[in-house]
Amino acid sequence: MASLRALLAKPWIWSFIGALLVWLATVAFTGGYGGGGMITAALSLAVFTVIVGVGQMFVITLGPGNVDLSLPANIGLASAVAMKVMDGNDQMIAVGLLAALACGMAIGAANYLLIWALRIPPIIATLSASFIIQSVDISYGRGLQIKPPPGFADFANRQILGIPVLAILTVLFTIGAAIALQRMIYGRSVLAIGQNIRAAWLAGVNVGRIRFLTYTLSGALGGLDGALLAGYFRGANVDIGNEYLLASIAVVVIGGTSVAGGKANVPGVWGAALFLVLLLTMLNTFGVSAGVRLLLTGLIIVGVITAAGGQKALR
Amino acid sequence: MTAAPVETSPKSSSERGKLARARLLRSLLPALSLVLVLLAIAWLNPRAISYFGFSLMLNLAIPIALATIAQMFVIAGNELDLSIGTFVGFVGCVTATWLKDAPLVGVVILLASIGVYALLGALIYLRNLPSIVVTLGMSFVWQGLAILILPKPGGKAPDWLLSLMAFKPPFVPFPIIAALLIAAVVYFGLMRTSYGVILRGSGGNAAALERAGWSLLRTKIVLFALAGLFGVLSGMALIGITTSADANIGNGYTLLSIAGVILGGGEFVGGRVSPIGAVIGALTLALAASPLLTFMHIPPDWQVAANGAILIIVLAARVLISRRER
Repeated sequence: MASLRALLAKPWIWSFIGALLVWLATVAFTGGYGGGGMITAALSLAVFTVIVGVGQMFVITLGPGNVDLSLPANIGLASAVAMKVMDGNDQMIAVGLLAALACGMAIGAANYLLIWALRIPPIIATLSASFIIQSVDISYGRGLQIKPPPGFADFANRQILGIPVLAILTVLFTIGAAIALQRMIYGRSVLAIGQNIRAAWLAGVNVGRIRFLTYTLSGALGGLDGALLAGYFRGANVDIGNEYLLASIAVVVIGGTSVAGGKANVPGVWGAALFLVLLLTMLNTFGVSAGVRLLLTGLIIVGVITAAGGQKALR
Repeated sequence: MTAAPVETSPKSSSERGKLARARLLRSLLPALSLVLVLLAIAWLNPRAISYFGFSLMLNLAIPIALATIAQMFVIAGNELDLSIGTFVGFVGCVTATWLKDAPLVGVVILLASIGVYALLGALIYLRNLPSIVVTLGMSFVWQGLAILILPKPGGKAPDWLLSLMAFKPPFVPFPIIAALLIAAVVYFGLMRTSYGVILRGSGGNAAALERAGWSLLRTKIVLFALAGLFGVLSGMALIGITTSADANIGNGYTLLSIAGVILGGGEFVGGRVSPIGAVIGALTLALAASPLLTFMHIPPDWQVAANGAILIIVLAARVLISRRER
């Protein structure tokens, strides 16, 4: 009982319970049909939200006002860059992935440059940057309908025993991110900055470098996500990242990370991403119209965050 | 930027004079950026600086200014409203359908939606929730409702609204008069009344206000209700101009309104906002968004980028000035 209570006290458990409830509701509705397939589909779609969600989580953990709004534009541009570099050629897959990563890192570094050099609030800095990136993408990717190399598309869609390979790799990646967050100097510094930036600075944390690394990391993950999305959906386009603006922020917060910074939670990102994807699947299965689907999604997000409570309620 | 006029009393040291100058420059910056954009337009296309030109260029400035004011109230309380854009779209859909066909029902719906905003304020305060997430969720709710009301673009604005927005006063174009009116009313209400000071104080130092006996729950409710009210006005004004509605019509307003508040000299925390600045910021954005770029012959691909660049330049200028203030 004590261990159960300890488990329930974890902020991330709620997102998994939510995901489970949504899954059960859908399976009950279909009479047990397609429950396994639904998990496979949810895992493969959740992967993309988790990757950007982890980047966003590190940024949000830096403290109030820190958020990366350039992720959608970043994903769009990186997907175009990756597809253009790969050029449908299996030999170029690694180079294309590296190019997408480099593109994302450059965007993240540019974001931090605006924040640091011009002292623009991160929300506005990443927003303005995203406008510019969007234009670059439109002009660069004009008429671009390059398909990913067959090997890459297969890889992005491959499954082992019903579990997407990408999901397995992403689980490994998130374990790495959790270790980096809780056990490494970098992660502890991010948490320290989020709790009190001045205290962190006085304690000798190189605040500027950690913030730079965090925005660059978020950018790099956005770039990687763009390449993988283009592989999974077999083609790049300008709007491919649009839904990840809201999704990346939503999974971070529903997953139990504090918006005030200084408290992050990696498993919660997975739970929340699965919850959101399964929620959409459930509403689609129920056959509701687009309007009702949006309405219910919104109400459920507000309901979950209200039930989970603010910072005071958790302590 | 030439030297701004400074009151130099014999008592004030040069240090204080410098500080006052920097502060003045800072408060003038929103206006300066607007003048700069206007000068650029005048230089590129002198004919645009006319009654007709302004009526055309500032056409969409009224709804943008109203949405910016709505966002400003929320930011004054240290919160952020990511749903204002879809809310404006929702109001637009109600205006183009219910408000025309069954005015009473329409009015009730719009009042109820302001009530929802007030409730959100209460919820955010009572449960200590992050406003970013709550309003993010609400943005789905408003959009869903808008699609339910108006699945396909259409509807029609009520006639009285159409004639109001098409009003052509002598000498000064209507958008300019409307902007002045909005700025004056909100300035008086928020900056000059005693409860306005309390409202801003709830963002500046909430703990102090609470100890002084003011209800923070009430300030939060009032700020959110005001945001809802101006959101409703924005949606109605928008439909008065576009004549018909679309569920996605307001989506861009969320980011525009935040940018407008910040361009106008507002800060995300501390209750430091400026109604006049916000309206000027909205006008600057409305002008910079397309008329200026069209006159500069910037290809459509790069117009979004130019918007981003303008934001960055203005904010960079502000930072240079603020740095001197410190």
